[in-house]
Amino acid sequence: MSSPSLSIDCALGEFDPISALQTVKTEADWIGLRYSSETHHHRSARNGHMESNQVLQSRGVMIEALVGGQIAYAATSNLSPQGINQAARIATEIAQATAKQRRSDLSIQQRPAGVARHEGPSRIPLDQIRLEDFTSHLIQATQRLKVSDAIVTAVAEATLVESVTHYVTSSGADLRQQHLLSYQNFGAIAAEGSETQQRSLNGPTARCLQSGLESFNWDELLDECERTGQEALALLKAENCPDETMDLILSPDQMLLQIHESIGHPLELDRILGDERNYAGWSFVKPEDFGSLQYGSPLMNVVFDPGLSGEFASYAFDDGGAPAKREYLIREGLLIRGLGGLESQSRSGIPGVANFRSSGWNRAPIDRMANINLEPGNSSFEAMLSQVERGVFMQSNRSWSIDDYRNKFQFGCEYAQLIEEGRITRVLKNPNYRGITLPFWHSLAAVGQSDTFRMYGTPYCGKGEPNQMIRVGHASPTCLFKNIEVFGGDR
Amino acid sequence: MSTASSRIEDFGRLAQSAFARLSDHEDLGLSFSGEEQNYVRFNQGHVRQATHVDQQRITLDFRRDDRRLVLGFDLSGSFSADQTQLAALIAHARAESQVLPKDPFVTPLKNHGEGHEAHPGTAPSVGTLSNAIFRASSTIDLAGLYAGGVQYRATANSKGTFRSFSSESFFLDHSIYTLNADGENKAVKGLYAGHVFEEDGLHAALAESCEKLPALNRKNRSLPRGSYRVFLAPQAVEALVGMLSWGAVSHGAFQRGECALEGLARGESSLSPLFSLKENFKLGLSPRFTATGAVSPEELLLIEEGQLRTLLIHERTAKEYGLTANGASSGEGLRSPEILTGDLDPADTLKRLGTGIYLGNLHYLNWSERKTARLTGMTRYACFWVEDGEIIAPIKDLRFDESLYRIFGSELEAVTRQSLRLPETDTYQERSLGGSQVPGMLIRDFRFTL
Repeated sequence: MSSPSLSIDCALGEFDPISALQTVKTEADWIGLRYSSETHHHRSARNGHMESNQVLQSRGVMIEALVGGQIAYAATSNLSPQGINQAARIATEIAQATAKQRRSDLSIQQRPAGVARHEGPSRIPLDQIRLEDFTSHLIQATQRLKVSDAIVTAVAEATLVESVTHYVTSSGADLRQQHLLSYQNFGAIAAEGSETQQRSLNGPTARCLQSGLESFNWDELLDECERTGQEALALLKAENCPDETMDLILSPDQMLLQIHESIGHPLELDRILGDERNYAGWSFVKPEDFGSLQYGSPLMNVVFDPGLSGEFASYAFDDGGAPAKREYLIREGLLIRGLGGLESQSRSGIPGVANFRSSGWNRAPIDRMANINLEPGNSSFEAMLSQVERGVFMQSNRSWSIDDYRNKFQFGCEYAQLIEEGRITRVLKNPNYRGITLPFWHSLAAVGQSDTFRMYGTPYCGKGEPNQMIRVGHASPTCLFKNIEVFGGDR
Repeated sequence: MSTASSRIEDFGRLAQSAFARLSDHEDLGLSFSGEEQNYVRFNQGHVRQATHVDQQRITLDFRRDDRRLVLGFDLSGSFSADQTQLAALIAHARAESQVLPKDPFVTPLKNHGEGHEAHPGTAPSVGTLSNAIFRASSTIDLAGLYAGGVQYRATANSKGTFRSFSSESFFLDHSIYTLNADGENKAVKGLYAGHVFEEDGLHAALAESCEKLPALNRKNRSLPRGSYRVFLAPQAVEALVGMLSWGAVSHGAFQRGECALEGLARGESSLSPLFSLKENFKLGLSPRFTATGAVSPEELLLIEEGQLRTLLIHERTAKEYGLTANGASSGEGLRSPEILTGDLDPADTLKRLGTGIYLGNLHYLNWSERKTARLTGMTRYACFWVEDGEIIAPIKDLRFDESLYRIFGSELEAVTRQSLRLPETDTYQERSLGGSQVPGMLIRDFRFTL
C-alpha cells in the first residue's frame, strides 16, 4: 500500500442534482435544489507534537420552494429520492403556511436561470504531498517558532477545504462551482515574568486563500515562523503603546478587519432593511445614502470583487444563481452601491451585487460580504512614513469590537512600531485604537501603492438567524490615517 | 420524542457495526449530533425566511498505538450507506495512523457506562407559530428568530460507553423596536423559551418586553465617556460570563499563556467575595457527558467567594500536565454555568443604583487585553440613565473597556437575590444546547471609553 497523502480516499458517493430535481413531485410554483459538499482537512501541531488530525465531510441539499410570493427552505442530508421529496414537501408546506405573513414578494426574478461550470484557481491538489511530510513540516514550524525558552506556545495549523456546490432549479438554472481553499495559522506566545505576548503570521487565521498546496511554500513559511518567534520575544521587552491622539499606519493584515467591520457590514442591504436587527444589528447607513453619502476621504475606492484570482471568497455565481461581477461600492469616498443580492435589491430598490450566500447546505442564503477590497493608491510606504511626525504603525489583528449600527469601534493589534519624525524607532506592545466609522474613513490621508497590496481573509464571519459562519476575503494596501485615538495596555 | 429515540437507536446499531470492524490495539469513540428544527426569521412581525433543517452527524475519534484521528460525516438516512461510509473512514484512519507521529497526550478511551436523558416537549407547526406571532406583533415592530424542534446528542465507544441526551424545545429570541422622542431607534430584547409553546405564554413574554418601551421612547441622555455606577441586568451578566469560555477558565489556556484570569489561577489576584461560579448540570440544559463519554460532576465549583477552586480540565490537558480531569469538554469552556445569587432584592435595584446607568444588554464583547482580563464591548438595547433611583432617559450607546477583575472583583457591590435561567440561543451549524443561570449585579465604578 502506498503512503497516504493529504487527500482522503473514501470520498462521498456521487450525487446528481439534475436527476434528483427531476424526481421531485411538488405543488410549488417553482423549486430549487442546492447541493453542497465540503471536506475540511485540519492538521495542527503544538510545541513539537501533532495535536489535531481531522477530516470532516459534510454534504446535503437545500430545497427552495416558491408558493404565493414566498420562498421557504428545507435542508436534508438524506439524498435518496424519498429524502429529497420529503424536503420538497416540507419546503412547499412552509411556503404555503407563511405566504400570508411574508415580509416581501419574491419571485423567480430573484433566481436567474444561468448554466455554467466554474472551478477555482488552485494548482496543486492534496494528493501531491505525503501525509507524513505535511505533518513533519507543521511540527518543524513549531520548532522554528520556538526561538527561545520564553516561547511557551508555538502553534502551526493548516486547514484545506474541498468545496463543491451545484444549484439547479425548475426554471433551468444549472450552476456548478468547485473550489479548493486553504487557511493557515502560525503563531507564538512568549512569556517572561508577568508579561505574555502573542505574535502570529498576519494574525490568527488571516492567511486565507483559494489555493491548494501551492500556498504552503515551506522554506518561506519556516523563515517567517522564526521571524514571528523573534517578534514575540521583542514584544516582551517593548514599552506599551502610548495613549494619545496621533497618526496611524495600518498594514493590510489589520486593514482586513477595518474594511470588514466598518465598510462591509454596514453596507449589507439586509441589515439596512432590518433583517439582522435581532442579532448583529442594524446599520447607520440609510437607503437614501446611496449616491449621496461621502463615506470617507476621496482616496477611498472600495470594490466588491468576486473575481480576484486566489482571493478567499471568489466565485462566479452566488447561491441564488446571480452572476457575480466586480462593482464599486465606494468611489472617491462616495457611497454608490450596497452589498445585497437580488432579493434585497428588489426589496430596497438599491443597486447591489451578487452576494446572496449560504455557509453550507443547511442554511438559506442571505446577504454576505464575499471579497471587499480597498484599491491601491499612489503612496509608497516610505512616503507614508515621511508624512508622520509622531505616530504608530500597527500590524495583525488581535482584538475587534464594533457597535450594532457599525459606528463606534475598538480594534487591537499584535505588533506595533513607533514612528518619530518619519522614521520607525521602536517596537510597542498592546497597540489599540478606537474611532467612529465615518470620521475615521475621512481621516484617510494616504493609500499605499500596489506593492503594499495584500490579500487576506477569514473563515469566521458570523451573521444571520439561524447563524452562519462564512468565508470572506479582504485585500488592501497599507494606509495612513491622521489624528486617531490610540492607546496601550494597563501595564 | 420518537424521532430522537429512533435516531439514537439507529446510531447505537451503527456504532456496534463500527466497533466490530476494529482490529487489536484499536479503539473508537463515536459522537452523534442531530436535530430536526424549524427556524423562522421575523422582521416587522412578518416572516422573512423560514427553514426546516433535518441533520445528523457522526464524528469518529479513532485511537491506535498512541495516535488519534478525528473524522466526521453527515448521515445520509440510509443505514447501509452510512455503515459503508463509517467502515471506509475507519479504514482510512487505520492507514493514516500508520504514518502519523505518536501523540504523547492521547488518553485511552474508557467505559463511562450507559445513561439516557430525555426532555420531551411540543413545538408548534410553522403555520401555527407564524400566525401567532403575526397576530401578537400587529402593533409592535418585532424582529427575531424562532427555533423549535428536536435536538439530540449521543456518544458511544468501543469500551462500552453509550450515553444520550435529547430535548424538544423552542425559543423566540426577539427585539421590539421603537422610535424615541429624538427620532432614534431604540429596542428591547426578550426571550420566550420552553418545552411547550403556548400562545398565552407568547403574549405574556411580548407584553413583558413592551413594558420598557415607554421609558425608551423618552429623549436620549447623551453621556460623556468616563466612570459610572452601573447595574448589569442578568442578560448583561450573561454576556460577560460568555467571555469566560474564551480561555478564562481553561487550564489548557492557562498553560499556553492564553488565560484571561491568569492572576486568579496563580493565586496572585482574587475576585469579589460576592462572586461564585459553578458548572451546574442540574439546570437540565446540556448533556453531562462529553464527546468521549466522560461524565461531568453534576455540580463543579470553579470560583468560590472570589477564590479559584479549579479551572476546567479536559482529559488531554490532564495527561499533558499531570493533572486530574474534571469532566470538561475539549474546549474547556463553560457548558452550564451558574453564578450564585446574593442579597440584593431585585425590587430595590434602581434604589440601590441611585444615580448611574442601568445596562439591559451588552454587545460584541472581546478581550482588549487578555492578560489583565480587560474586555471591550458596547451597551445595547434597554440601557437607561437613572437618577435617585428613577429611570430618567435611555442613553446613547457607549463603549466600555473594563477588566473582569474590577467587574467581578473590586467594584462588585451587590448581587441580586434572584437569577434568570437563560437557554442558549446560538445556532451556528446547529442549534446549541446549554445555557446559564445568572443574577444581576451592581457595580460601583464602570469605565466607558467612547
